[in-house]
This record gives sequence, structure tokens and C-alpha cells, in this order.
Amino acid sequence: MRPPSTPIDLDETDRRIVNGLQGGFPLVPRPYAAAADALGIGEDELLSRLGRLIETGALSRFAPMFDAEKLGGAVCLAAMEVPAARFDDVAAVLEAMPAIAHNYERTHRLNMWFVIATETRAGIGAAQRAIETATGLKVLLFPKVREFFIGMRVDV
Amino acid sequence: MIDGELDPVDRALIEATQGGLPLVAAPWAAVAAVVGIGEAEVLERFGRLVEAGIVRRIGAVPNHYRLGLGANGMTVWDVDDAAVDRLGAEIGALDFVTHCYRRPRSLPAWPYNLFAMVHGRTRDEVFEKRGLIAERLAGAVGASDILFSTRILKKTGLRLHAG
Repeated sequence: MRPPSTPIDLDETDRRIVNGLQGGFPLVPRPYAAAADALGIGEDELLSRLGRLIETGALSRFAPMFDAEKLGGAVCLAAMEVPAARFDDVAAVLEAMPAIAHNYERTHRLNMWFVIATETRAGIGAAQRAIETATGLKVLLFPKVREFFIGMRVDV
Repeated sequence: MIDGELDPVDRALIEATQGGLPLVAAPWAAVAAVVGIGEAEVLERFGRLVEAGIVRRIGAVPNHYRLGLGANGMTVWDVDDAAVDRLGAEIGALDFVTHCYRRPRSLPAWPYNLFAMVHGRTRDEVFEKRGLIAERLAGAVGASDILFSTRILKKTGLRLHAG
């Protein structure tokens, strides 16, 4: 159970890096140089700042983001109504299941919201049944019908 | 990759890069060395993966909490079925919405079919942004709610086992 991490201080250049490099990293031999140019800084400075942003946890990583479904996998949002007295135990069950990628406590009667990610479509239902069997609680599935935005924009 | 099918080299590229690109001047060459192909082939294959939508984007993956965006509100809306796709596209285009999905209702517990994730420094900031979404949906929306996250219980990130 980790509390949300404490914020870290970014300077103006860090902010421009975080805001400006969430996509569009160029497919050229010296991509950091090209990206640094666009930000008006040097290649070395961009590399060292990215390293620090990752080290401090401001960025989870600097990487390609893949579409799990296009790779044959399946992803599904799910939720449960967990009695308060059992909350931590149920969270521990999900913590131990590799098919659960994210899990959040949220302010609603449906108080546990998580993402099931499996290598096949059939895996989603199997994970749902496994959780229901392990906890005796009903798991509601909220598969996406349509996605309206495929990026992640964060403005700092 | 031929016709959207990944070959073992594509899979090796995915495995080699999903945790992070090397922070060196020529990262694609470094990846090429790991996978055992040339830099030009890495660039060409990634170009095809981007074109096919298998790579959604390449770049910085922010950690909202460490960036001071500690308020995370999942706004949910019961939107007329006839209007939800059009309005969902409008909401998804708002620059403060980080994800937007149409999902099935789960009646009676859950009447909402549009989900829009909003991050902010404070809950007030998230409420303010939610108000802007409500204005856009006016006339086509019934019940709505907002679910703040109060604890991260697990966050492993999606790791693809491409092989």
C-alpha cells in the first residue's frame, strides 16, 4: 500500500521536457539531438535531464508505448464493491495476481477499480472468475466500447 | 512485420524497448546491437509499428503523483446512446482529459457509459475541469459522478510479453 508519492521540484526546462516529449520522439539516428534542438537545449543536457527525471520518478520511463490489444493481448477495466473490513485482504489478493496491472481505491460504493491485462481475450473472464472465487465478491467488467483519445497528456 | 503480423525480430524489439530507451546519443543503434540487427532496420521496423498503431507513441511517460498532479478524478456520465460517440470525441479532445472511453453500463449499480479521466493539483482543480465537461454534455447527459482515487494499491504498469 503505497501512498501517492510526494511531488518533486522541476525547473522550467524540466517542465518543457515533460510537456514537450510525451510523444513524437523522432525515428532518426540521433533523436535526442533532434528533440533537444526543438526545445532549444543541447543533446547532452537533454540526456542528463531525462536521466534525472527518471531517477527522481518524475517520469516512469522514456520509452515506446505499445497497444496491448494490437499485440493480441486484452485489457479490461473492472471494479468491485469491497466491504471496508476486508479491503486490505482483497487488495492483497489482487496484488498477488500477475493479471492485475493497476489497482486503485476510489471514492464510490464500487471502491476498488483495477485493470486486468492478459495475453488473450479469454484471459479476462478467467481472471474475473479467479478473483470472484478467491474473494466471494462480484467483479464488474467495463470493457472499452470505444476509445476517444489514445494518448496521455500531462501538463506540468 | 508483414500485414500487421509481428515476426520474432519485432517481438525482440518490443521486449528490448518497453522498459525504456537507452539514454545515449544513438539509442536506436544501441537497441539494434541488443537485438542483433542494423540501426536502419530498427528505424524501418519502428516506422511500420507506429504506422500500424502497435506503437502508440514514443516518449516520456509521466508519473502524475511525482509531478504534483495528486488529484485523480474519474468522471463518469450517463450520456444518451445516440449522442455518446459524438460527444465522447469532443470530450476526448479536451486538453485536460487524459483518457476518455465509452464503456457499457452495468445496471442498476452503474448507469454511466462515458468515462473521462481528469488529473489536477487539487480536487478543486479537478472539479473545475469536470464543470467544463458538464457544459459540453449539457442536454444529453443524465446522472454523473466523480470517483477520486484515494490510494494506489498496485501499479506495475503494463508489461507485454511479446515472445
